[in-house]
Amino acid sequence: MTAATGIGARVLRTEDKRFLTGTGRYVDDLPLARATYAYFLRSPHAHAKIKNLDISAAAKMSGVVNIFTGKDLVDAKVGGLICGWVVKDKHGEPHKAPPHPVMAVDTVRYVGDTVAMVVANSYDDAKDAAEAIKVDYDVQPANIDLAKSFDKGSPQVHPEAPGNLIYDWEIGVKADVEAAFAKAAHVTKLDLINNRLIPNAMEPRAAAAEYDKGTGNYTLWSTSQNPHVLRLILSAFVLGIPEHKLRVVAPDVGGGFGSKIFCYADETMVCWAASRVGRPIKWTAERSESFQTDCHGRDHVTHAELALDKDGKFLALKVETIANMGAYLSTFATAVPTYLYATLLAGQYTTPLIYANVKAALTHTAPVDAYRGAGRPEATFVVESIVSKAAAEMKIDPAELRRKNFIPSTAFPYQTPVALQYDSGNYPPIIDEAMKMADYKGFEARRTEAKSRGKLRGIGFSSYIEACGLAPSQVVGSLGAGVGQWESAQIKFNPTGNVQVMTGAHSHGQSHETTFAQIIHDKLGVPMDQIEIVHGDTATTPFGMGSYGSRSLAVGGSAIVKATEKIIAKGKKVAAHLMEASVADVEFENGVFKVTGTDKNVPLAQVVFAAYVPHNYPLAEVEPGMDENAFYDPANFVYPAGTQICELEIDPDTGTTEIVNFTAIDDFGNIINPMIVEGQVHGGIVQGVGQALLEGAVYDKSTGQLISGSFMDYTMPRADNFPSFKLGYKVTPCPHNPLGVKGCGEAGAIASPAAVMNAIHNALAPVGVKHVEMPATPLNVWQSIKGAQRQAAE
Amino acid sequence: MYDFAYHRPKSVADAVKLLKDKPEARAISGGMTLIPTLKQRLARPSDVVDLGAVKELSGIKLEGTNVVIGGMTKHAEVATSADVKAAIPALAHLAGHIGDPQVRNRGTIGGSVANNDPAADYPGAVVALNATVTTNTRKIAADEFFKGLFETALADGELITSISFPKAEKAAYMKFPNPASRYAMVGVFVAKTAAGVRVAVTGAGPCVFRVKAMEDALAKNFSSAAIKDITIPADGLNSDIHGSAEYRAHLVGVMARRAVDAANK
Repeated sequence: MTAATGIGARVLRTEDKRFLTGTGRYVDDLPLARATYAYFLRSPHAHAKIKNLDISAAAKMSGVVNIFTGKDLVDAKVGGLICGWVVKDKHGEPHKAPPHPVMAVDTVRYVGDTVAMVVANSYDDAKDAAEAIKVDYDVQPANIDLAKSFDKGSPQVHPEAPGNLIYDWEIGVKADVEAAFAKAAHVTKLDLINNRLIPNAMEPRAAAAEYDKGTGNYTLWSTSQNPHVLRLILSAFVLGIPEHKLRVVAPDVGGGFGSKIFCYADETMVCWAASRVGRPIKWTAERSESFQTDCHGRDHVTHAELALDKDGKFLALKVETIANMGAYLSTFATAVPTYLYATLLAGQYTTPLIYANVKAALTHTAPVDAYRGAGRPEATFVVESIVSKAAAEMKIDPAELRRKNFIPSTAFPYQTPVALQYDSGNYPPIIDEAMKMADYKGFEARRTEAKSRGKLRGIGFSSYIEACGLAPSQVVGSLGAGVGQWESAQIKFNPTGNVQVMTGAHSHGQSHETTFAQIIHDKLGVPMDQIEIVHGDTATTPFGMGSYGSRSLAVGGSAIVKATEKIIAKGKKVAAHLMEASVADVEFENGVFKVTGTDKNVPLAQVVFAAYVPHNYPLAEVEPGMDENAFYDPANFVYPAGTQICELEIDPDTGTTEIVNFTAIDDFGNIINPMIVEGQVHGGIVQGVGQALLEGAVYDKSTGQLISGSFMDYTMPRADNFPSFKLGYKVTPCPHNPLGVKGCGEAGAIASPAAVMNAIHNALAPVGVKHVEMPATPLNVWQSIKGAQRQAAE
Repeated sequence: MYDFAYHRPKSVADAVKLLKDKPEARAISGGMTLIPTLKQRLARPSDVVDLGAVKELSGIKLEGTNVVIGGMTKHAEVATSADVKAAIPALAHLAGHIGDPQVRNRGTIGGSVANNDPAADYPGAVVALNATVTTNTRKIAADEFFKGLFETALADGELITSISFPKAEKAAYMKFPNPASRYAMVGVFVAKTAAGVRVAVTGAGPCVFRVKAMEDALAKNFSSAAIKDITIPADGLNSDIHGSAEYRAHLVGVMARRAVDAANK
């Protein structure tokens, strides 16, 4: 189609008009007549028994409509929240699955655990009443320190998981890996912590619900990344509302980063209580509640060892990780540190043998689940940190060591030793381009110049791989997933020729309304302003799996392409009739059906009109209407890959780090809208650098209070923390989806922590610093330098 | 927030009367601290007395060589004032780096100084420049004004009407911001005025304090080299997830030297 708006064009975002003019419609914006407002009383303790819960005084307060507690849910036989992925441990046993009551019944297990729901005529009334609820807590010791979770005597989170162990899982053959280590010329060892993060989407989580007494229908508006999945969970497992009697709408949603995939207590309560209250209920999290109760991300303690031969060829990798689950298992918590983590430990390399052991631990902290990248950033951080450390130890250039071990372009499809089969890729040209763009050759001169200014300059690589485009249903099913991971699309032409495209994917910042419209425009020739992308409503879109895991384009976009093919196939039959030609002779190009080798043609809009007003129409062979559905189940994951190079300067007097250069070359396969992709990469890099330098969720180790519980103490990345990024692309199209696309939403966040930390270690090596944990805050860096100085003095 | 009665007096006298009549009343200036505190239900005043309509409290004027800044003057006004920039550029610079544009266009000098947040910027300038705080009843010297954590010499119902800053021969403020909040984790204001050299530190301790050893050294030789070996003890300094007391003590030295260098430029 036209270069200006089709595939590959930098089309300005359709959705920006409403987002930038403040006319988006978010859950909290909903005007609901006779609405009530919910406030949740939350546990101030990390671990306590509820000895007594007295709502009598609160219930009498002005404006209070109703108060619900965990006991009400037990009485109503409401199910608990679920974990939807069964991971089998190394003995083949399913993971321990302690109950996850929607509201606490007799025990609270983290600061923020839900204790009671107050529904009132205003938020203030609800809050006033919540303060009048009397809870008699018997405070218990809390297990906060992840590394000590399995120690004898650590406080137990759930009796169903003795020793706080959810599973002890492994992949690979340990004995084979040990044998390879025995023959290694060099072994690099690394202990690291993948710091815990708090997602902090710009829009806090919110829910509103309405019950129609006449029909028995519920409508739940929620800030969900996957409204159909939320409906399925609420219907089939938690509330028992039949699926067809529950409509879930996720309207404009202001960011999710994974944290809005899951089914939470708050939205469950709002939905359940709507019928009991008999009036609509609205709830929007305050920022402090977001900090305490949004599922957190990452939080691993890892020991890794890499075996190399004398030339630097990787022989084997072994990894031991403890992964924090928090106090309850969230919706996909179990899968993140196993199938989304250990399966990525081959990275871009031919490492022939890999063994990983992951132990999932319960702690008295907020649940931990998928967060931008989900497992893959953790894997990349392990692999790329240990590769750079090995290069430094063996005095091999870090780029050279990577190149030496890259999977050659001729080896695809490439079967890794950790289950995945990479479909395509060509890694050497990516690192070459990145090094050129970053002027790697000139680095030593820049380091010397920086030194003359008293600054320590460092450079770091990160060559990442990710498996995204979740996911082939039968593969994830065999690994324990409770759902399929295909995607749906419906293309519904209207008689006047414009078109509505319903997608099961959900946009909460990813620009689907533009990207998907470009696909439709490209494939069907419909002008951009005649295309409406519809998403986020179970009543209007076909069942879909939502957006996470960089899947919307690779899976959802492919479903759209399949639906366009059905439109074209049907349109050809109609066009053949209109042009009095044989279907075999009809071709479709740029929105027009033509008879091959003639000047006969009929535009799509005319075919559509004929389909809705079938007066001259082949009714015997073709149904009227122009409305096609498609479901697409991917044949494999997609495997974006790339190299990032971070260059930074450290002020040794203060420990402050300044990123001075940041280069990212990515292979995302074919690109629909480079401007939007760059936006995704920028955001991803910023989140990854945030993890490396700024962000850290900190709980008090004894009380379990969330110390980093507001923006006063949790450092969000800001524009002035960054230089302009240098971005570029190399393209190897995905061989198994019709667009040849790979997904770009998580790549930046997956790769960048290692690039930054490798640069930090490179900068600090001359002053004797061996290891710095994330986040490399000024305090942390200064203490590391100070520690190295002290050690040198001893 | 909890309910309270709201008042908007037009004169200092009316404001003071309201504050004296209602023992649980709180004055509100820019509200940069009080509003979030109210929203989080951490304070429950019976009455809030908004000083926004008291015109006599705003404005910047020169009195001799002193810059006199009304208590309700916003940070953005101080940052952009030609008089402040001419007499004490370091003070304009400080005001221009408080918080973010929203804060600078709401927050006031009187509110900041009266609140005496340990991480606020202005107390450093008030002490280092040996300013005089004028209230509705008296004049208070800088060294007598700041008493401790969120504690000042102000009596109940006493309002800051203006602050008078002597012109500085040389002055500079160096702030090391808390990475998250960007409040001063350590801020050092160094000033050489007719009264001598002063070094005031904010952010590092529970309350702004002076570093006598540095002042003495700089009085003899106003250069960063003169203070390079002067360390301050970590005892009693603030400690949190962003900075240990030891780190803050170290930063006082670094920021002081950088401030002296900046003042000499």
